[in-house]
Amino acid sequence: MQSSKFAPWDDPDAKPLIRFKNVTKRFGEFTAIDNLTLDIYEREFFALLGPSGCGKTTMMRMLAGFESPTEGVIELAGQDIAPVPPNKRAVNMMFQSYALFPHLSVWDNIAFGLRRDRMPKRDVEDRVEEMLRLVRLEKFAKRKPHQISGGQRQRVALARSLAKAPKLLLLDEPLGALDKKLRQDTQFELMDIQEKTGTTFVIVTHDQEEAMTVASRVAVMDQGQLMQVSTPDRIYETPNSVYVADFIGDVNIIQGRATPEGEETYRIDWSEGVQPLTAKSSNEFAAGQTCHLAIRPEKVAITAERPEDAANAVQGRVHDIAYLGNLSTYYVELPNGTIIKAQTSNTRRISRRTFTWEDTVWLSWTATAGVLLAN
Amino acid sequence: MRRFLLIAIPYAWLTVLFLVPFAIVFKISLSDYAVSIPPYVPQFDWAEGIMAFIRELDFENFVFLTEDDLYWKAYLSSLKIAISATFLTLCVGYPIAYGMARAPEEWRPTLMMLVILPFWTSFLIRVYAWMGILSNEGYLNQVLLWTGIINEPLTILNTNTAVYIGIVYTYLPFMILPVYSALDRLDGSLIEAAEDLGCSRAKAFWLVTIPLSRPGIIAGCFLVFIPTLGEFVIPSLLGGSGTLMIGKVLWEEFFSNRDWPVASAVAVILLLILVIPIVLFQRNQQKQAEAEQ
Repeated sequence: MQSSKFAPWDDPDAKPLIRFKNVTKRFGEFTAIDNLTLDIYEREFFALLGPSGCGKTTMMRMLAGFESPTEGVIELAGQDIAPVPPNKRAVNMMFQSYALFPHLSVWDNIAFGLRRDRMPKRDVEDRVEEMLRLVRLEKFAKRKPHQISGGQRQRVALARSLAKAPKLLLLDEPLGALDKKLRQDTQFELMDIQEKTGTTFVIVTHDQEEAMTVASRVAVMDQGQLMQVSTPDRIYETPNSVYVADFIGDVNIIQGRATPEGEETYRIDWSEGVQPLTAKSSNEFAAGQTCHLAIRPEKVAITAERPEDAANAVQGRVHDIAYLGNLSTYYVELPNGTIIKAQTSNTRRISRRTFTWEDTVWLSWTATAGVLLAN
Repeated sequence: MRRFLLIAIPYAWLTVLFLVPFAIVFKISLSDYAVSIPPYVPQFDWAEGIMAFIRELDFENFVFLTEDDLYWKAYLSSLKIAISATFLTLCVGYPIAYGMARAPEEWRPTLMMLVILPFWTSFLIRVYAWMGILSNEGYLNQVLLWTGIINEPLTILNTNTAVYIGIVYTYLPFMILPVYSALDRLDGSLIEAAEDLGCSRAKAFWLVTIPLSRPGIIAGCFLVFIPTLGEFVIPSLLGGSGTLMIGKVLWEEFFSNRDWPVASAVAVILLLILVIPIVLFQRNQQKQAEAEQ
């Protein structure tokens, strides 16, 4: 809903707040960031997503000032930030370990940055109170970090990094230490606070669900490079590579050979003696080119009889069922040994489940359900 | 029962090797000097009974300690030397510990080894070696004369300076190890967080590193201060006639004067003075253990 209104990345006149220009970072022989170019706009909630070691934390540390790029330029509001030391940057960071000062109370932790700016005592008090209200910790102001819970510590760390009203807030795996339930609550809280304060947030995470939930845009990274930068829905619906499709959510990848068949439609021969599949794609494929059909399990329908109007239908045997409570994922084995996942909502009670192990079923999907990818 | 046995072992150890000897020393401090073997009276005699024995004990020797100003001057001077030496050891030891904690991971065992290495030779030999270095014809003066920094040899040996050098050198590892262990545990992201929030490097050190290494500093200071206060070998070998320390006084009272009762009184008072920092030290350790939970 918000993304339809807020989309500065589609506006060619918009000035980015942060600009990575051909940035490379090497640690000795190892290249952590490889010739990377990226714009991040004001008021964005930008997620850097990738497996560990993909370079996402290095990106963040370069923004905070703890690392400097080997090559290339990073600009903040149009200015090269390379010569600015971390303590002079209008950037604050929330550390993965929270890095709360154990010898200071919650109150003093939040006031720490304000006092360094020689802010008048009264203003410091007002600002700290305001931050405590924002993260709902007024009652815990006098406690030391080891006297509060993990979730509360996380909120203190957030309040401390927001206290100086930075232009840019960096969050390094902020919710990693929280359990799932608390993490989900905190995600919405984070989005709320981001909207309230209007600060630009850059979050680093390896949790794709978290990135999808909180971010206005997600950058999927691998081996120091950006694989795709887009809104969560586009990353999910139209991944640009098998890597991204596979990294985000669950997916069936069917490898085959494409043959053009009319406008933006391709026939995919994927296995000997099996009926070819049909898929629509705006990506161009030459005749005989290797392609990968990526299709999400929830877009695959599972039925007892062959549906008549389906563009693609294959028959198989239920190999396994993963019961997730609200959803069930059926692992259907095709005669050639391929396993295709199909997901359905459990709208009926489990005792009335239609299919069970070893049942013969039909899987079907439309021509537009999947995405055809070259690699 | 097994738990009781386990606790009983250290208590038995303390009773036999500390409490009983202390009781004996305390008893001697209440006795009178006599030309006999051992050189004090009364001796316990079964025939006269315990009451007659106790009746002969008095606090005369403790009163004597307050009358002769040698003793309280020696106590004060020992305190002064111990406090200054502890401070000097901290000034030398902290940077070393800090450097060790910041050194690359693979170097640390080697550096730790270098700190502990001096313990492999006898303490006495090391102090004698310092006599060779610090004397008027010693290596230090030779090097300084040779490089032309000084024209006259410096008189260091047999002064308080030599005592300070000896104490700092000897007790340095006791300062470095606890400070190092505190700094080693310090989470590096705390310093980064301080810088991120607007601290310069120096300010972050002052506001984060120092307070967080305080338990290590306190432990190191006590570990240096407590043995230094009663130190006897270093002042008698490196110090001159002007160096007044209670350990030296105690030694002379025992072996030169053979006045065991007065010497025992000196020892008892020294122990009472030491109880205060020892209790404070214990409290510091306890507080640290609680904070880590």
